[in-house]
Amino acid sequence: MNGSIRRLAVGLAVVAVVAAACGSSTATTAPTTAASQAASQAASQGATGGTTAVMIPKQINNPYFDVAFKGAQKAATDLGGTVTQVGPSTADATQQVPFIQTATTQKAGAIIISADDATAVAPALKDAMTAGVKVVGFDSSPAVGAYNVFVNQADTAGIGKGLADMACDIAPSCTGEIAVLSASQSATNQNAWIEAMKTTLKDPKYSKLVLDGVVYGNDDPQVSTTQAQGLLSAHPNLKVIIAPTTVGIVAAAKVVRDLKKTGSVFVTGLGTPKGMQDYVKGGESPEFALWNVTDLGYLAFAVANQLAAGTIKGTEGETFTVKGINSDKPYTIGKDSVVVLGPPFVFNKDNIDQYVASFGF
Amino acid sequence: MAASATPKAAGPSLVGRVTRTLGRSRELTLIALMIVMAGLVTAGAPQFLSPGNLGQVTAMAAIIAIVAAGEAMVVMTKNIDMSLESTIGLVAFLVGVLLRGSLPVPAAWAVGIGVGLLLGMVNGAVITAFRIPAIVVTLGTLSIFRGIVFIFAGGKQVDVADLPPGYTDLATDTILGIPLFVIVAAVIVTAVALMLWKTRFGRQIYAVGSNAEAAAILGIHSRTVTFAVFALAGMLGGVAGVMWGIYFGTIYATSASGVVLQIVAAVVVGGVSISGGTGTVVGAALGALFLALINNALLVLQMPQELLQAIYGAVILIAVSADAFLSRRHQVVAREVRA
Amino acid sequence: MSAATTAPARRRLSPSSLARWETLLVLLLAALVITGARMSDVFISSRNFANLASSVMEVAIMALPMTLIIITGDIDLSVESMVGLSGAILGTLMVAGLPLPIAMVVVLVVGALGGLMNGWLVTRGGLPALVVTLGTLALFRGLANVLLGPTVISVWPDWFTEFGFGTIGGSPIPYTLVVFAVLAAVYWAITHGTWLGRQVFAIGKNKETSRYSGVPVSRVRTWLFILSGMVAALAGILLAARFSSVRNDNGTGLTLTVVTVVLLGGVDINGGKGSIPGVVLAVFVLAVLQNVLRLVGVSSEFQGIAVGLLLVFSVIVPQLARQANAAVIRARGGRRPPAGPVPTGEVNAQS
Repeated sequence: MNGSIRRLAVGLAVVAVVAAACGSSTATTAPTTAASQAASQAASQGATGGTTAVMIPKQINNPYFDVAFKGAQKAATDLGGTVTQVGPSTADATQQVPFIQTATTQKAGAIIISADDATAVAPALKDAMTAGVKVVGFDSSPAVGAYNVFVNQADTAGIGKGLADMACDIAPSCTGEIAVLSASQSATNQNAWIEAMKTTLKDPKYSKLVLDGVVYGNDDPQVSTTQAQGLLSAHPNLKVIIAPTTVGIVAAAKVVRDLKKTGSVFVTGLGTPKGMQDYVKGGESPEFALWNVTDLGYLAFAVANQLAAGTIKGTEGETFTVKGINSDKPYTIGKDSVVVLGPPFVFNKDNIDQYVASFGF
Repeated sequence: MAASATPKAAGPSLVGRVTRTLGRSRELTLIALMIVMAGLVTAGAPQFLSPGNLGQVTAMAAIIAIVAAGEAMVVMTKNIDMSLESTIGLVAFLVGVLLRGSLPVPAAWAVGIGVGLLLGMVNGAVITAFRIPAIVVTLGTLSIFRGIVFIFAGGKQVDVADLPPGYTDLATDTILGIPLFVIVAAVIVTAVALMLWKTRFGRQIYAVGSNAEAAAILGIHSRTVTFAVFALAGMLGGVAGVMWGIYFGTIYATSASGVVLQIVAAVVVGGVSISGGTGTVVGAALGALFLALINNALLVLQMPQELLQAIYGAVILIAVSADAFLSRRHQVVAREVRA
Repeated sequence: MSAATTAPARRRLSPSSLARWETLLVLLLAALVITGARMSDVFISSRNFANLASSVMEVAIMALPMTLIIITGDIDLSVESMVGLSGAILGTLMVAGLPLPIAMVVVLVVGALGGLMNGWLVTRGGLPALVVTLGTLALFRGLANVLLGPTVISVWPDWFTEFGFGTIGGSPIPYTLVVFAVLAAVYWAITHGTWLGRQVFAIGKNKETSRYSGVPVSRVRTWLFILSGMVAALAGILLAARFSSVRNDNGTGLTLTVVTVVLLGGVDINGGKGSIPGVVLAVFVLAVLQNVLRLVGVSSEFQGIAVGLLLVFSVIVPQLARQANAAVIRARGGRRPPAGPVPTGEVNAQS
């Protein structure tokens, strides 16, 4: 009958479309190597070249993680091996897990992951480790036991002290009310850094700084903006907003500028050089910090390579060196198999242009 | 009209008359509520009414009001557009990239608004050509347009350093003390409202929404009207996207995610009925302002942030219930009039 | 009303066209499986099957009550927030010392109550389901926020985690797949084999006629919302088990996927038409599609676009088929086909 032939034609057309879609390689920032290639490479990895690593950021298409990925790619070129970047389009742990599972199924040599939620990814990562995949955490740690090594961008206590010190620097005479604009309420990193900062603030040196409170911007620009506005409305004498999140610090600086409080309220925290360039020059943020994100990715891949080759096992006390990073000084694996990249950089108007050029973002 | 045929409410009490007038006009109710809220909040936190705070709140509300006007028109024709947040995000990012590439500002804006119009036309075309329910199509284009932003962004973001100097100041500039964004929103909403009220096209929109078959009998091409309404909504989304870029400066591939709830909430709270055929864009704009003020009031009063979502939901439910309650009272009254 | 004007054409097309839609889905599924096997040598493996099955089980079980709700002409947007709320309550009760099985029962009751709220507002209040559930979408999420705040509950009994993440013995069958299979069988039986199922379809085709024929329309609709709430609560439990983690944003984004799967399964958004087998097929089509895209390395942006396109095509294709059929009838000199349904987004046919 005419109708069913028509339907069959439509059905075959749909099938053709789907087959075509699956067959085409998509050009994005991450080179999409065909899965079969990756699988066969993984089979032949080991002593010869480096490992086949799959990098899973919190969220794909995020400039911060893109820069880390470029660092990992550079490491792959220098040290041997390959790395591809896959991940969810929203920073959602439940969407990260299928990528972990796919990497495991494809017998990747290593997974390099920044976890959206420390525990949510743990079952899948433990499963991967049982299947022989090495797991390297970076930037945001999976739960202890669900990774071989975690590359921390900076020492948690160090970041906490750094935040307190920067606040002290930019508050006139280290005196005044301060407040924190954080990411999501359950963000492991930020919560750890804020706790460390609160501990630092107990020292008499900071006794004239008063912490008004912590609000959460969820790493959403709109929410961060309204929260910053709320902070300034609720605390008319606020002197410093500390935002240990790249989305939050930009939002806070914008609000300070919009409310024409440049020069009476200051913003500091963790931000990207280019994102904050205008606000450093404008005076809203005289000082803020970040670590070398490219090096973070480089180190993470280097660690993955060494784990896969067996030169390190991830136990506390082991040392290793990575050429070109940390001035070629050796790293020591610490408690909970954590390795710290190195000290963060503090940006101000004297060095911001130079860092924008060298960091690239 | 109902006035002469409501024996119960015929009493001369002021309260009775006030509530009756308010009951008939969502716009007046919202204005009254906002005045009351402003009074209560300012008592506890005087900085609520400070020019700085109000300027910030109204700037964001202005952006939502403009796109809510477009959404209101769509809802009036008994459709819905769930993809406008992706339109805003795409246009905001695109304009930022064009400005980074040193395109002159007016040209960048024109391209941005044009793209918004284009996206709206895509929605309208698919809905009218294939006669598919708008909710399905726009849920699909919500994902598709957002995917396009991701691909276009290619892992980068637009920073304030990329924009012409002073570009973001437009969001806080004032003319005679009134924020520029508010003036722009007022002009656009008024223009749309006049179009709906005075032109034949405007009446056709209401006709299609309240009774499509009767409209067809009268010779109104509902498909053309529907297409036009989605195109207009897309264009207004483009305008909102341009303003979003001015306001935030820093634009990410994910910018404006989640805004669709605010847009629909503004429309619903503003008295535009989901069943089509009634409501005003002024109401939608006031709805946007009302919700922005509630949001800010909670923050200024330092109430727990967790309550925000819950209050949003409650406000939507109350607004919709009020709608249904009032329309039922009107039906009862109308029946009494006829009888 | 659109149902009245197109009823004759629909009746002629309905049962057989649905069978053809399911055939289309089977073809699509087969094509995807073949493509997957060709493009990746790990596609056909027990580990991969377990992965792809377990990744959609929450969506899968929620698609079942959603199917019935959409068939009656309503919709329930609040399911993803009930997932979050139920997880929050489950975690809070467990931390407070309540044994987990009892906490699960409490959570299911809460789900039922949430559904009851939706049902009452829609039937007694006469409000459109789209807006009511948009409101409860925000309200339930807000309650989850208030309950949990910044806390992440991540310590669960081993049996719970094993249930959510593990498979039966060494087989590729996840425990949660069994839950889905049981629910699907029950829904299949009720929808296509009982008087209740026929009432659901009747309500979807014409509410007024059903009411006059003695169908307890309000009660059926309310019960469908109650079931939707309970199943969403169950999905929240499964999600908590699979990830051993409960946060206030659990479940965000699931509503869109559930609605996509239901529409892909051949359920008509205007109500009155649809089938459970179709939806079950659609669940696997989606799971396999996403799995294949991941194995091949397609980036997430394209995955989002693919799902969006799938949604749009799943409604365009039947419409095209309908128009093609009507054209054929006209060409044969048959009677003029009735005017097509006026494009409306209205999901709750209230008139």
